[in-house]
Amino acid sequence: MPDYQWPDPEHRTLIGKRISRVDSPDKVSGLARYTYDTKRPDMLFGKMLRSPYAHCKVVSIDTSAAEKMPGVKAIEIVQKPGSTIHWAGDEVVAVAAVDEPTAEDAVRAIQVKYEKLPHLVLDNEPPQGAAVTQGPLSWDDIGDMFDNQVPERQIISQLQEYGISFKPTEDELKEAKEQGAPDTVIDAIRKAPQHPEARGTSKSNYQKAAIQTQGDVDKAFSEAEAVSEGLYGAPVITHCCMESHGSTSEWTDPDHLLVHMSTQNVSGIAGQMAEPLKIPAANIRVHQDHVGGGFGSKFGPDRWGIVTAKLSKNAGGKPVRLMLERDSELRVAGARPSAYARVKVGAKKDGALVAWQSQSWGTGGPGGGGMPPIPYCFAVPNQKKEHTAIRNNIGPARAWRAPNHPQAAVLTMCALEDLAAKLNMDPYDFFLKNIDLTRLPNVYRDEFPIAAELMGWKEKWRPRGQNMSGHVARGVGLSLHTWGGRGHGSDCDLSIHPDGSVDIKMGTQDIGTGTRTCIAVVAADALGLQVDQIKLYIGDTLYPPSGGSGGSTTPGGVSSSTRRAVVDARDALFAKVAPALNAQPSDLEARDGTIRVQSDHSRSLSWKEACSKIGATPITCHGHNDQAAGKNKPDLTNSGVGGVQMAEVEVDTETGIVTMKKMVAVQDCGLVIDVKLAESSVLGALIMGISYSLYEEKVMDQATGRMLNADMEFYRLAGLSDIPELNVHMMTGKGYDERGVIGLGEPPVVSAGAAISNAVANALGVRVPFLPLTPDKVLAALSQTSAQKAGA
Amino acid sequence: MRDDESIQIDSNEPIEDHSGVSRRDFLKISTIAAAVPVVAGPRTVMAAGQEVPVQGPGKVPMELSVNGKTYKASLEPRVTLLDALRDSIDITGAKRVCDKGECGACTVLLDNKAVYACSILAIEAQGKKITTVESMMEDGKLHPLQQAFVDNDGSQCGFCTPGFVVACKALLDQHPDPSPEDVRRGLSGNYCRCGTYDGIRKAVAQVARKGA
Repeated sequence: MPDYQWPDPEHRTLIGKRISRVDSPDKVSGLARYTYDTKRPDMLFGKMLRSPYAHCKVVSIDTSAAEKMPGVKAIEIVQKPGSTIHWAGDEVVAVAAVDEPTAEDAVRAIQVKYEKLPHLVLDNEPPQGAAVTQGPLSWDDIGDMFDNQVPERQIISQLQEYGISFKPTEDELKEAKEQGAPDTVIDAIRKAPQHPEARGTSKSNYQKAAIQTQGDVDKAFSEAEAVSEGLYGAPVITHCCMESHGSTSEWTDPDHLLVHMSTQNVSGIAGQMAEPLKIPAANIRVHQDHVGGGFGSKFGPDRWGIVTAKLSKNAGGKPVRLMLERDSELRVAGARPSAYARVKVGAKKDGALVAWQSQSWGTGGPGGGGMPPIPYCFAVPNQKKEHTAIRNNIGPARAWRAPNHPQAAVLTMCALEDLAAKLNMDPYDFFLKNIDLTRLPNVYRDEFPIAAELMGWKEKWRPRGQNMSGHVARGVGLSLHTWGGRGHGSDCDLSIHPDGSVDIKMGTQDIGTGTRTCIAVVAADALGLQVDQIKLYIGDTLYPPSGGSGGSTTPGGVSSSTRRAVVDARDALFAKVAPALNAQPSDLEARDGTIRVQSDHSRSLSWKEACSKIGATPITCHGHNDQAAGKNKPDLTNSGVGGVQMAEVEVDTETGIVTMKKMVAVQDCGLVIDVKLAESSVLGALIMGISYSLYEEKVMDQATGRMLNADMEFYRLAGLSDIPELNVHMMTGKGYDERGVIGLGEPPVVSAGAAISNAVANALGVRVPFLPLTPDKVLAALSQTSAQKAGA
Repeated sequence: MRDDESIQIDSNEPIEDHSGVSRRDFLKISTIAAAVPVVAGPRTVMAAGQEVPVQGPGKVPMELSVNGKTYKASLEPRVTLLDALRDSIDITGAKRVCDKGECGACTVLLDNKAVYACSILAIEAQGKKITTVESMMEDGKLHPLQQAFVDNDGSQCGFCTPGFVVACKALLDQHPDPSPEDVRRGLSGNYCRCGTYDGIRKAVAQVARKGA
């Protein structure tokens, strides 16, 4: 049995060291090519006409003027007259023309008539009694879910849970399939419980999404010695990828499509395009060198990706490039669901948590969405939770880095910090007092003191509102988080060539997280080479498939498949080389650019000499990491990480401006492949966290139904000068390394919102309920308390 | 309207009667008043009391000097410098992100001054020295600033990186030993979504120390 296990510390040459990102030189020199940079011969430019209304019916479309314009090569109706549109900015008609100005002119020449329908784009607290229980689903409901891009899994679970209000006929099912319903959904419709008597259930924007109780909440609260009640929340924000969504498509012959796409999911795109384009997935080649950010919003081809391929077909197969404009990127290409809650939480005098009660609500757009995992991390013994999903017309939600966790952290950790303040406890002591209610108490116990040391917590923390100097208040806050991060399914081919060159082919993608570097480090470490001696081929469906880069699953997946392939290839090389060194293959090691006898380093061959023994045909080995964890023996990846973050802020009580002074992150992710890039991931997450804590919000206007800040001036990201001293500590060594590789993308982005909100509450002595902590909200919270004091 | 006719524009009147003047229309209007070298069209307008030639609306020949080379292209006057670089010349280091002068991903140097290429028309950039990130490598070797980005991991997805590298170069050209306030001002026109500011700050400090 080959020894696939990760090498122990003394046998690692690169793993766990600080290695520079292998594709940095291409990125800093402008040579890295992104989908937006694709230039193909005779390429046409695609543009989209989008609905100006948040909820409407398409009445008529007249493209005759656009068709006659010189330079217009293809027009595709995306939503025919009669279609219902559920958010402003949704696609209606697409055009392709010889250049972008012409395509823009053509879009302006198209006449569309709409019938406006009532819309809701806000996510305020649902009116008392407004939330209804979802009844059995009608065909219209199911059609709406497809229109609203509700994920397949969610449609199926709703069909199972609520049943259907009709008896589906074979003709209806056939039609649904023709309109793009996957077989799994058709099957779920067949099996769904039928309630024909429920026809005509009235619809509401407010849906009871969860009611859960555990233990005896009323008794626990009556026995609690301290109870805190508060209002907390985080609004809808967008992904705002620097490279917008989009693709370039061309039909290389009438049955074969070549797609360049900005995606987190190279291996998974062809399968999603096959059915709508009515060609086998095997006939679709997807390619991507680099992607300008995804953050969870780029897993599918999207309707515009399918439309781009259709435009190309209409234009005789010519390449068509269609990238979203910035305003569309912010309006339609993904949003993080909001979450708000009224939380009541109780503890004993010593701080031991006993009871949690929450009424939460939020929107994931037309699909509604579910309850975030609250109370987060802490399994409070007695719980009662109710969640109302708001279905509104803001556009579809998508996974946003650590889906639902940042919101859950805000709702939970802020409520707990308020309770700690009520108990006159340092939150550091309060959180640790309850740490056995978490799933990783030992990890947090390791991390808390390190974070406190880096922050200077003990020196800086004072009871609420007691660190004022003039009109400037200072405060510190903390939060903790968790994530899974097990490696996904991944396949690769690794070849060692007779000339000594090494290449790896894998259908993965590097979304900026350092996937290329991770693969190269694992391979080079096992072969005793440097990372630049490994040639990587990724980002193409011509290579073995690897999972989508989401949920922090990539490092575990690609490192595991690479490790298996490289160990097999190295052992095959040892077998070829052993006779020349007069040794057994098992006596050899690959180190420092040589193959040598472990016990006698004088018996060695240079890497190049060793590879010359291979013969004419290269050694090629396949590496596989199974998606099912139990099938990987040995298992090189794992699940479940913990992290602690602390924030220090300064708040100007006259202007309401929050200024970051310092942030600290202590993070575990099992075996760290590259400490330098791991730290970068955490630093980036802290910065993204500061951004959503202080600045970001998708602002919707109920009067027009439109997003008011669909640009980068008013959809404000944190800039360089908003970022304070950042301090990152990665947990490594005993207790961490032997767990295997675990992903790191999501976890460090989770805690920032709660930690910063807690720091502001500590500074001001009052809670600013909702993110982002903008001056207006800070001043409102301050004036409310001064009014209360005046009234008291 | 005949080609040889002179169009009189009263600067107080909108040029077209539809309600919204798009940014490109605005640039088109504002360019009329700017000096347009190389090609004098047959038509002129009175603008701000001066007779100026009208370019377009069709394609007109242009000449751009990019990274020391001269490129000829036939483009509509409304085409931005960014789109001319990316789509006509295929120099794609400068990225199109916001396309309206907010994010800095398209930063290039125009006569050694950092500008947003999305907010300048190609026709205006004629006769000026245009420098993009692609020109910074010499003999296949990274510029010390680029090397500092690599050393300090100043890029993640990398889409904002070329704009940042050019903005940092302009900052350091002007302030070889920048104060924190110089850095704040010099780099406040660029955004990053992955959160690479910490690495970028360290990269600038590394080069400033070396005095490169």
